[in-house]
Amino acid sequence: MKRGITETLANESTARKASSITLEGVEKSFSRDAIALDGVDLTIKAGEFFTLLGPSGCGKTTLLRILAGLDTPNAGVVSIGGVDVTAVPPHKRSVNTVFQSYALFPHLSVEDNIGFGLKMQGVDKAERTRRVREMAEFIKLSPLLSRRIHQLSGGQRQRIALARALVCEPDVLLLDEPLSALDAGLRGELQVELQRIQRRLGMTFVFVTHDQQEAMVMSDRIAVLNDGKIQQLDTPRAVFERPANAFVARFMGHSNLLEIKRRGADRLDTAIGPLTLPAEGEHMNDGDLVLIRPETIELGDDALGQPNRFDATVVESFYRGSHFEYRLQVEDVALTAFSSNQGQKLFAADDRVPISISPSDLMTVRGEGG
Amino acid sequence: MSKRPFERSVRQLRFRETRHLLLTTLPGAFWIVLFLVLPSLYLVSMAFLTNGTYGQPSLPLTFDAFRQLAGFGFLGWSPGNLYTLLRSLWQTVVATALVVVIAYPIAYYITLCRQSLRPIMLLLVVVPSWTNQVIRAFGWMNLLAPDTPLSNLAQSLGLIAPHMGLFPSSFAVTLGLIYNFLPFMVLPLYAAFEKLDTTLVEAARDLYASPLKAFWVAVFPQTLPGLLAGIVLVAVPAFGMYVVPELLGGGRSLMIGNLVASQFAGGSNWPYGAAASLLMLVATLLGIFLLRRLGRRAGGGEEVVI
Repeated sequence: MKRGITETLANESTARKASSITLEGVEKSFSRDAIALDGVDLTIKAGEFFTLLGPSGCGKTTLLRILAGLDTPNAGVVSIGGVDVTAVPPHKRSVNTVFQSYALFPHLSVEDNIGFGLKMQGVDKAERTRRVREMAEFIKLSPLLSRRIHQLSGGQRQRIALARALVCEPDVLLLDEPLSALDAGLRGELQVELQRIQRRLGMTFVFVTHDQQEAMVMSDRIAVLNDGKIQQLDTPRAVFERPANAFVARFMGHSNLLEIKRRGADRLDTAIGPLTLPAEGEHMNDGDLVLIRPETIELGDDALGQPNRFDATVVESFYRGSHFEYRLQVEDVALTAFSSNQGQKLFAADDRVPISISPSDLMTVRGEGG
Repeated sequence: MSKRPFERSVRQLRFRETRHLLLTTLPGAFWIVLFLVLPSLYLVSMAFLTNGTYGQPSLPLTFDAFRQLAGFGFLGWSPGNLYTLLRSLWQTVVATALVVVIAYPIAYYITLCRQSLRPIMLLLVVVPSWTNQVIRAFGWMNLLAPDTPLSNLAQSLGLIAPHMGLFPSSFAVTLGLIYNFLPFMVLPLYAAFEKLDTTLVEAARDLYASPLKAFWVAVFPQTLPGLLAGIVLVAVPAFGMYVVPELLGGGRSLMIGNLVASQFAGGSNWPYGAAASLLMLVATLLGIFLLRRLGRRAGGGEEVVI
């Protein structure tokens, strides 16, 4: 008999079973010109909160559906917990999904929705009731059990969809943009809660989102996808601070990418002028771009006397509470800079401001072509 | 002082609202009263009149027509009308059930077709109903008559006696009803299938439901509103059907519609005919009421609109 959720929680030292996932050369196309996945190799560790991040149409949802068994790859092998499941139908995989639209059964009560997976697995009624109640308790849904789906708010439906999948205690939980339909406040709350649940259950979570903030807050590791290929697979910090290429950099919100006109030993000629890079130097290729993260730009008096100093004109300035955002112009190049709010003066449009970028904050990334 | 003009404007607004409501609903109400309520009242009152010597409805008000309908005649009680009613119900239930069985896969198949092909497929389903009912019934008479391929086949299988046809028979009536009402089931079912939420099916599959179970849990409930609408569209007119049993039943498999028709035309006993059509109306309303209850239970408390 499987151990109940609450027992697991009370007994955190006991290791729960969690499964790793391996994808080898997975390809999927829906027609000749609609290639969703173009040879994906990927290993997701057991018990990891793993996020597939990318713009719409990048293949992240297709990848999730292949893990669920709802789509079959044209080529490649999918293994869960070391077992090849490529040809296993969805109802025979110990994998459950939280759908973007929640996909709750409108003709069933909340209790029957949560208990659906257990019923299909042939769990007897008493055991089922116990586990559903337990799960409802865990996810704070108990007062809603007898309600109908159409009587519930979006946030409540989201929790039920999560409970319905979790109660089956799958080896892997798949989440397809489960928070995208919720308002910002609730979304932030549920991000934290999802992360907490994952840590406590030690289950393997595969989370799909197009929101890089959400991905960074929640994940152990992130795979950034575009055009059906993995662009970068690393920890949130590495993906944000050391993007592998211009696509990842732009997707993570870094807009300051400068073309390199000419390169010397430790100096680069760019559109805003010569830039000094870290002494250790980087392996560089043709078409590489220089990345300047907005928060690494020093403004005003802080910039004086520093290397990589330039004169900028403020084009627009925005007060964002915790930080100020500036649209700057250096020579003919537009740069974005964030300056954390420490009570200093907010520069206004047309102000001339000195800026500097510390060499250690500079890096080069592969261009779109590479 | 400043309250008065405000009060007046509120009264004015209310008057305008009432006028607006009356102007928008009156034409419809007028239409319904003139063409539904008044004729129905006329029919009801007719049922309580006496059949006159020359077949004209006349006073006094009696229950004669209902007694006659219940089977009490000059020669005591006979079960003839009861049989007709039961036969009508039976034919309706069998025909409707078979229409459902045939229409369900057709509707599903059409939704699987290419977008551009679907209107053509629907047209093919509907086109036969553009031909006159009588002509279609005659068509079936020719197909099912003795010494036709279909009848010969039935004979060789031992289903009917030699030198007999499949027509006239209650089988022919059932067939005629199915043929007649199939489009009325396919169309609402198609509408239901077209807006089917397939993620529910995927959710069921993901939660360990086999394909068959997923159908019952995720597909069937979603098509239920279309199915119930189709059942009403098929069963109600089938129950009162006149042409098909008259022509394909060969005077042997009469349904209640034929009873009504014969009293208004041949037999010329209008009160009797009116009483019979009232019985039809009550049976129909009862059926719809039961369907709604059933729909509500299956729909999980959500209104399944008919």
